[in-house]
Amino acid sequence: MTHFMVLPLIITAVMAPTLLLVRGQLVIQRTLSVATTALLVVICAMLMAQAATGEVTVYKMGNWDAPFGIVMVMDRLSALMITLTALLALGVLIYSIGTKWDERGAHFHPLYQFQLFGLFGAMMTGDIFNLFVFFEVLLIASYGLMVHGGGRLRTRAGVQYIIYNLAGSTLFVFSLATIYAVFGTLNMADMAAKAATLPPEDAALVRTAGAMVLLVFAVKGALLPLHFWLPNTYTHAPAPVAALFAIMTKVGAYAILRVFTLIFGPSLALTGTLFSDLLMPAALITTVIGMVGVMAGGSLARVASFAAVGSMGTLFIAIAPFTEGATVAALYYLIHSTLAAGALFLVIDMVQARRGTCALDLRAPIAQSGLVAALFFAAAIATTGLPPLSGFIGKLFVLDALRDHALAVWVWGVVLVTSLVAVVGFSQAGSIVFWKAHAVKADSTPAAPATGVALAGVGGLLALIVLMTIVAGPLTDYLTDTAAQLYAPEGYIGAVLGAEE
Amino acid sequence: MELLVAIIIGSLTAVGTYLMLRMRTFPVIVGLSLLAYAVNFFLFASGRLMLNSPPLLYVEGPHTDALPQALTLTAIVIAFGMTAVAVIMALTAYLNGGTDKLDMENEAPEVTPEERGQ
Repeated sequence: MTHFMVLPLIITAVMAPTLLLVRGQLVIQRTLSVATTALLVVICAMLMAQAATGEVTVYKMGNWDAPFGIVMVMDRLSALMITLTALLALGVLIYSIGTKWDERGAHFHPLYQFQLFGLFGAMMTGDIFNLFVFFEVLLIASYGLMVHGGGRLRTRAGVQYIIYNLAGSTLFVFSLATIYAVFGTLNMADMAAKAATLPPEDAALVRTAGAMVLLVFAVKGALLPLHFWLPNTYTHAPAPVAALFAIMTKVGAYAILRVFTLIFGPSLALTGTLFSDLLMPAALITTVIGMVGVMAGGSLARVASFAAVGSMGTLFIAIAPFTEGATVAALYYLIHSTLAAGALFLVIDMVQARRGTCALDLRAPIAQSGLVAALFFAAAIATTGLPPLSGFIGKLFVLDALRDHALAVWVWGVVLVTSLVAVVGFSQAGSIVFWKAHAVKADSTPAAPATGVALAGVGGLLALIVLMTIVAGPLTDYLTDTAAQLYAPEGYIGAVLGAEE
Repeated sequence: MELLVAIIIGSLTAVGTYLMLRMRTFPVIVGLSLLAYAVNFFLFASGRLMLNSPPLLYVEGPHTDALPQALTLTAIVIAFGMTAVAVIMALTAYLNGGTDKLDMENEAPEVTPEERGQ
């Protein structure tokens, strides 16, 4: 047993209070925070390289054997998710330092590390009750980050966000209790092993438990009709926080992929295709509502928020069939949409900082209009899925993977039409802010805020999008292996339950 | 006893859900607390209801399942902490925003001069 794989958890858990101790000394905080996050990127990449060999690494907390103790499990999917989280976090952190967002409220950096701690934990744990605990960790950090900087509307949106998620957490505990009552265990590998041996008379309870867990993750993943928290939260959250939240919805997607391939897998006779049948229509409607919302935006932040809802819909369309091919497409789209949403929120913050508002009304041209417009253009292309960036490849993968699905006509129709709608929505928003603005006379020459470091953050995320377009081939190989590992859970179960010292 | 526990959990959940739908911060937080009580009972009952059976192995059996008790304790602590956060946030929102309604208009985000980098 190697201690290396829990380093992401240890580092963030130690750094968060350390950063709290040096509060008030911004330079030290910033240096430590960036150094830690950069280190996390390296460690996560090393873990991913290790997982790429197909090895499932298990870490037993306190050296208690599963299923009695809590285990951390590192397989291809977990390694991919934590690497993505670390990369996004680094880009967003650099941006928030460059734009001085971290100065505008208390304890940005400690909360940021706690947030990463919760995210890493949720992506690594092999115990479903522990998943709930890590959800709470990442949520409570996100409550703090969400209202960072304060303000009337932000606080009110924060209350909405907190209440919605508290209700979600309560539902999560209800479903965990149901699961425990049926399975008699909370270790995911042990549950998977026991699921096949459950008597048919437990079918109703198993289905109820599964559906309730699905609902909980759907709240996280902003799946219709549980998406109502997202637009207000993302619109009013500080931009770097909204960008970091791009990974939060993906935690929901990750949890669905994990639980509904491992425990309530497609081969489980008691549940059959129930979850696939529930997920697909909801995903289709989510895509439609999200992209129509892009057109109805009203402000750039809201346009981006609804784009985030829409992209979650597209992601869930690819997840819903629970087949290997579709999951490869889902994973590629997941990486893409995380980076694209992150970059988009940061660019919108650049517009907002120069314009004073991101409401879609006519105002004088902003400072550095050309530069910001180019960045917005790139982020919008990525988000809507136009060539040449990875959004196009991602949507192509999704369409191709679902060619033989029973609802293929609906999937193709919805994805293609909503893409067009999103393109129209983004063009409309962009032309109001960047082009029509030239018709308005400026009272004075607008001041340009400092850009260098901030640009590095946005540029880094956009560069990653370009990179994943260029290396789509090798990346897809890794994702194909990941999906294969997901749909052959024997390796995971064996590694957890058979892990002997 | 099963019936009694089921009625308690059911009524707590029903009342909690009703209060949550009132869409004002005070009833919603009270509703959330009631839901938390309901879920704690529910979690406790998931290890089956047994009378006069301690979760201690060195005592003569029958034994009750100890795990749900530990889980309930965890859930109580978390719910308690989260409710405290919700109360503070609701108060701040009420004092800043002048309303305890949860609904919001479709407004563009505020931008303070500080956030404009000036």
